[in-house]
Amino acid sequence: MRIGVGLPTMTPGADGALVLEWARRADAGPFSSLGVLDRVVYDSFEPFAALAAAAGATERIRLATMIAIGPLRPTALLAKQAASLHSLSGGRFTLGLALGARADDYEAAAVDMRGRGRKLTEQLALIRGDLDGLEVLVGGGSGPAYARMARYADGYAHGGGPPRAFASAASRAVAAWNDLGRPGQPLLWGQGYFTFGDVERGNDYLRDYYAFTGPFAERIVATNLASARAIKDFIRGYEEAGCDELVLFPTVADLSELERLEDALS
Amino acid sequence: MKVVVVGGGPAGLYLAILLRKADPGIDVTVLERNAPDATFGFGVVFSEETLGSLRDADPETHLAITDTFARWNRVDIRYRDGLLRSRGHSFSAIARKRLLELLQERCYALGADLRFGVEVDSVPDADLVVAADGANSFIRRQREFGTVVRPEGSKYVWFGTDHIFDAFTFVFRETEHGLFNVHAYPYDEHMSTFIVECPEPVWRRAGLDAMDEEESRAFCEQLFANDLRGRELFTNRSVWLDFPKVTNRVWHDSEVVLVGDAAHTAHFSIGSGTKLAMEDSIALVQGLVTRGWDVDAALVDYELERGPAVERTQAAASESAVYFRRVGSYTQLEPVQFAFNLLTRSGRITHASLSIRDPNFTRAMDSWIGGAELSPPPMFAPLELGGVRFPDRVTFSLSGFVAVSPEGRVSPDTPTIDEWAPPDGLIVLRLGHAGRRGGCRPRSEGVDVPLRDGWPLVSASALPYGPFSAVPSVLDEPGMAAVRDSFVRAARRADELGVAVLELDLAHGYLLASFLSPLTNPDDDRLRFPLGVVAAVREAWPRCLAARLSVTDWHPRGNTVEEGIAIARALSEAGVDLIHVEAGQTVHDDRPEYRRGFLTSLSDRVRNEAQAATLVGGHLTTADEANTIVGAGRADLVVLDLPPSPLDVERSEAGNGLLNREVARS
Repeated sequence: MRIGVGLPTMTPGADGALVLEWARRADAGPFSSLGVLDRVVYDSFEPFAALAAAAGATERIRLATMIAIGPLRPTALLAKQAASLHSLSGGRFTLGLALGARADDYEAAAVDMRGRGRKLTEQLALIRGDLDGLEVLVGGGSGPAYARMARYADGYAHGGGPPRAFASAASRAVAAWNDLGRPGQPLLWGQGYFTFGDVERGNDYLRDYYAFTGPFAERIVATNLASARAIKDFIRGYEEAGCDELVLFPTVADLSELERLEDALS
Repeated sequence: MKVVVVGGGPAGLYLAILLRKADPGIDVTVLERNAPDATFGFGVVFSEETLGSLRDADPETHLAITDTFARWNRVDIRYRDGLLRSRGHSFSAIARKRLLELLQERCYALGADLRFGVEVDSVPDADLVVAADGANSFIRRQREFGTVVRPEGSKYVWFGTDHIFDAFTFVFRETEHGLFNVHAYPYDEHMSTFIVECPEPVWRRAGLDAMDEEESRAFCEQLFANDLRGRELFTNRSVWLDFPKVTNRVWHDSEVVLVGDAAHTAHFSIGSGTKLAMEDSIALVQGLVTRGWDVDAALVDYELERGPAVERTQAAASESAVYFRRVGSYTQLEPVQFAFNLLTRSGRITHASLSIRDPNFTRAMDSWIGGAELSPPPMFAPLELGGVRFPDRVTFSLSGFVAVSPEGRVSPDTPTIDEWAPPDGLIVLRLGHAGRRGGCRPRSEGVDVPLRDGWPLVSASALPYGPFSAVPSVLDEPGMAAVRDSFVRAARRADELGVAVLELDLAHGYLLASFLSPLTNPDDDRLRFPLGVVAAVREAWPRCLAARLSVTDWHPRGNTVEEGIAIARALSEAGVDLIHVEAGQTVHDDRPEYRRGFLTSLSDRVRNEAQAATLVGGHLTTADEANTIVGAGRADLVVLDLPPSPLDVERSEAGNGLLNREVARS
């Protein structure tokens, strides 16, 4: 299992300089990928812009949207952005797409939520048909999401949670993959959150970020990995569940967090 | 800290006990609407495993309740005129009334404040409010928990009887109205619980919808007079009910938390309601203690701890509820298979686990299906089907899609029947015409991704399959005749090639399937062309003929499971020996449900309702699943998705293939 790290594009207080420095250091470190998340109505960086900058600042590391909300973007534009990043990064780009969960993002982007599944399917069909060599992941927990993944993508992007939740999703992804008659196995990507220093600050960010889920936010806060031990256990659990690439997202925008994660992994 | 518990059932009382025990300084009040000795229902069941957790949580309660237990380790199944016994199932039961008395006594001893006859009309003011007020919780309705309540299973009614059953007893009784069944078990030295259940249509046909409590009691007493050995049935608000399945998206909202039936219910037929309720109380108090009485943190812990366990139990309970609703379709099964099907209904008991609990039972089952006194497990039982002898239920070579003609290919790498070379072994050849799913890139690059320069497609209607798919032309009568002839020609070729089983692909939206579904075929007589092909091939093919069928379209306007079963029946009547059960892919935007064994229940229904032999896959990964499915009569043949062998891992890591191959062979 490979380990990636998230760029601090969502965490409060991160400026462009920090994001780029983070990308450079991750590229020099033990990480196999840099992941970004996607929200419109939140103080954050746009994922394709952030990865384009990261592509220029790095040499070898893979760059992944974990995930980007496809239907917020016009299909032709999304395909163009993906093709551009694929080329600018020298083939290091992994496009993860899903529907997202927030109505306010759709409202802000002036996109009707109805028909978003159909739109994502069209986007995937177009990108799969036109963009040779681009690695594509699909996320989501519904039957149609797994089918979309198996039909058009190279693998599955899980949305986070304890290892057993990942294992259950991975088993569904493999079931869909075989049902659609794909040869081999889907790539399985997982993700988690971590904070080493100021855990309350990290937890407050998660509470705020997931406030739209109501009381469910506390469940997500409870999964924030707050020690080297917790991270190691989490990694072991994901490895046993068959994860190919686990991306750990920071909750506190501070370069010391990246250093401490490196230490925990060594 | 002040805690108010609303509801004085097992969950609420046990919570009060555990709270006062953990810290006598905590002010615990239990508010109960009824009098202390009011009770509904008769006995409640506990498994050995539950008793273990009760002992760890409070030895005094454990001691008191186990003292008055009725215990058994047998399940008796009365079916047709016989009796089957399975041993090794350790359970205990207690009178619900006695359980409540003991819990109340323990509450008083620990200084909890119990108030009876109190009707709650708003959320009480406290540091922690526990809604233990049942499936129809009042407190739950005062806040937002994402509650869903929907009925599941059949109609059922609780009685008591003074006939003392000496085992957990299932009774199945055929009547002129349909099948009735009973769940009965002793709960003390004088009484047994006696639950009668039947599907709603049976209940109506029997006139039970119009009977009062006494009339329905007398009806049941007479129907089961033999099983009651002439003893009586007693009522206690014994009205026929629909079981309400309760789920909640979240179980707490600031200081209010749901426990027991208020949070979740599990169909009575697996007897887990009280167990789940008391385990909730244990987890909640544990959370409070480990979090130093920080209510917010403890409630999150509680939900995280209990959520997955409850979900698993609810899923098993729902399987069980469905089983009893459909049990009428299993009455053609021989007694030993009927019994094994019943025992494995919820997925919690499998062939492997039953062979540990009750080796004699699985031996009898294996012997019945294998045909010798000592037989290997069910998946190794031979099978004779359409003149082909399968040595077992899993070892056959199922080909990929082989096209009847070049135009019928899925993608350029699809072999046509003239190019295909048979592998070794007993071959099941899957023969198809891709229809509107043709002209695509190889599946290594994705599915239904059209080639830039494909070939002309045909289908039952001029609807493209997916985004950017080519528009097919409608297959006209001469075209149909040509396709039919190509199937016949391919069947003859397959015979020359030594194929054992010919499987016609009528699934997943390929050409023949496109005719079967209202989503893709506007005609009324949708079976005409596919059945014509089947009949023509049947003429030309001398052995076992299989049909691969999407039993449901997984789409609101598509074929339902019932319609799929009717198609399976029509195929059987046209001479098909085996139905390969699939689902969906009729259209690209269907709503599949993927999980381990996602096709098993469909195969079960086709096999038992259409009386057809079935072959099923659906992401089955273990020999135990195959043994359980074949043993229970849910399918005749099984396709396993075997995960990589650990031996292969060693081989690639050691880089020494020869050694491990030899090890594997020896």
